[in-house]
Amino acid sequence: MTMDTPATGNTRASKASQGNLIASVGRTDDFELTDEERSEIEHEMGHYENPRAASIGALKIVQKRRGWISDGAVIAISDVLGIPSSDIEGVATFYSLIFRQPVGRHVILVCDSSSCFLTGHDELRDAISSELGINLGQTTGDDRFTMLPVCCLGACDRGPALMINEDLHGPVEPGDVSALLERYS
Amino acid sequence: MTSHLFSTSTNGETHPLTWRLREDRGYVDLAEFQQKDGYEAVRITLRDLSPDDLIENMKTANLRGRGGGGFSAGVKWSLTARGDDHPRGYIVCNADEMEPGTFKDRMLMEEIPHLLIEGMILAGYANNARMGYIFLRGEYVLAAERIERALSEAREAGILGSKVCGSDFDFDIFLHTGAGRYICGEETALINSLEGRRANPRSKPPFPGQSGAWGKPTVVNNVETLCNVPAIALHGGEWYQALSGGRSDDGGTKIFGVSGRVKRPGLVELPMGVTGAELLDMAGGMRDGLELKTWLPGGGSTGFLLPEHLELPLEFGAIGKAGSRLGTGLMTVVAHNQSVVSLTRNLEEFFARESCGWCTPCRDGLPWSVKLLRAIERGEGEDGDIDMLISLAHDIGPGKTFCAHAPGAAMPLETAIKHFRHEFEAGIRHPAREAHAEPIPVGSV
Ligand SMILES: Cc1cc2nc3c(=O)[nH]c(=O)nc-3n(C[C@H](O)[C@H](O)[C@H](O)COP(=O)(O)O)c2cc1C
Ligand code: SF4
Ligand code: FES
Repeated sequence: MTMDTPATGNTRASKASQGNLIASVGRTDDFELTDEERSEIEHEMGHYENPRAASIGALKIVQKRRGWISDGAVIAISDVLGIPSSDIEGVATFYSLIFRQPVGRHVILVCDSSSCFLTGHDELRDAISSELGINLGQTTGDDRFTMLPVCCLGACDRGPALMINEDLHGPVEPGDVSALLERYS
Repeated sequence: MTSHLFSTSTNGETHPLTWRLREDRGYVDLAEFQQKDGYEAVRITLRDLSPDDLIENMKTANLRGRGGGGFSAGVKWSLTARGDDHPRGYIVCNADEMEPGTFKDRMLMEEIPHLLIEGMILAGYANNARMGYIFLRGEYVLAAERIERALSEAREAGILGSKVCGSDFDFDIFLHTGAGRYICGEETALINSLEGRRANPRSKPPFPGQSGAWGKPTVVNNVETLCNVPAIALHGGEWYQALSGGRSDDGGTKIFGVSGRVKRPGLVELPMGVTGAELLDMAGGMRDGLELKTWLPGGGSTGFLLPEHLELPLEFGAIGKAGSRLGTGLMTVVAHNQSVVSLTRNLEEFFARESCGWCTPCRDGLPWSVKLLRAIERGEGEDGDIDMLISLAHDIGPGKTFCAHAPGAAMPLETAIKHFRHEFEAGIRHPAREAHAEPIPVGSV
């Protein structure tokens, strides 16, 4: 029984990241920010009183292009913002939409809050599970999908609801799952 | 794809939040917003009213915070540190909407973000803020697009930036999008998150109005709260207060809504004090073959109510007296065939997962309650488990934890046991009773 937001990634990814805790900071994985990423982060910094405030924005900027946040990305962001990498790590591990492990090309966020629970979340989750052969917190072997739980999506009138990447879908009946997932290759 | 509205009106004097919505429910752009009186309140207020006048109006309006806490917005504003001894601070719009069963702010931001911007400019003027942030949850992608579009339209038209609408007041707004976690909606956790930190709540005092974002006076208000401000500034606090027409002392209208096992879930703007029965009716009643068992009046952190409570006015006082909270005012409707134990387990799993982990009663108590609830759900509860749940709910209740997250979790737990104790009892196996089915020989104990 795990109470935390399930870790993202399949067994392979979990194993790969075991030795990668921030204790190993100093290793850079040869990670470099692109010029575009760097300038977007610097632009973000201008919106707040100090650079630290851009840390979540910076993580999102990098993740948008790379899919997830590697150790090297944590260090590179800490260099740009001029704050300790342990602080960036603290932020990266706190927020559920920042992934510290590789995820699939498409991330499915399934709402498991009360209204969706009442309108069929369990059946929907099980249908996705059996279609893809993964549970919440896991990634398919072909790296196509990762399935995660999410708080009420503000679409309770359309429950059970889910998001795939930036698209909101609801109500999604178990019978709709197959065709819906087809749209994400 | 947008939320169904039970009824609509184009009368600005009765439906200040929704009268400007388009029939096709698309985005109300700047031109259309201005055609419908938009930004008039800003123009008139900056020209004719002092910040204190506006705050007085807000107090008279008795607009109570729509983010779930119900604190008077006018009173909050009157406590903000202002004046020459204080730096200009921030207005932060709480657009983190994640309360289970709540889908009202999404609709306002997707369809009419200019109303929010207008409310924030007015809040900025009243509270001597230099800038506003909209703290929007990351998943609200369409709302983010629409807000950005509205912000740039407003900047281009001189409504935001230096010299707002030609006045001496400078104010701009920046959209900040979050990265998940329910706790970000707690106002001091939200400020930490805005500053780029982990979203642990801060201790109060100091209250944000004294020292908030980057140590500056900061006013945090919910999206819907801020969307009410333009009409109050335009028509006055007394007009607003009277909108609820004797049904409630709480002023104005509110976006109510219904989700769960009803025929037609949706939203509607109605005066404070409307009843749950009226709303349920508008939602077409229960789905065929289902009967109402229980309902949550305003999100996952409010207490269960019974069918007999449907006649109560939906306002902070009456719902509080019935042992629940109005919360966000969006009903979650539960049918007769739903196990309350399972639903409570689902709610407590949510709160356990979303605990920020800062203080022990919440961090450890909530997972414990989940463990007990799961056992009871499987019919494997032990004697004493129900009392343990009651005692856990008590230990995470108001005043015992660092923020209101845990008391919010306690409320559905406590009220579920209060109203449906028999369902919990049915999940307890009775090894003690079975073992003692034979008479106990005298002297053996
Ligand atoms: C755990 C927790 C989550 C909250 N989430 C939200 C939220 O998503 N949106 C919101 O407006 N208020 C939320 N609140 C209430 C805020 O702390 C705060 O009271 C509110 O933003 C103040 O604005 P209002 O007075 O205009 O309602 C939350 C409170 C707690 C304790
Ligand atoms: S009550 Fe829960 S969410 Fe609030 S500070 Fe304590 S641990 Fe964090
Ligand atoms: S409970 Fe699932 S969208 Fe609100």
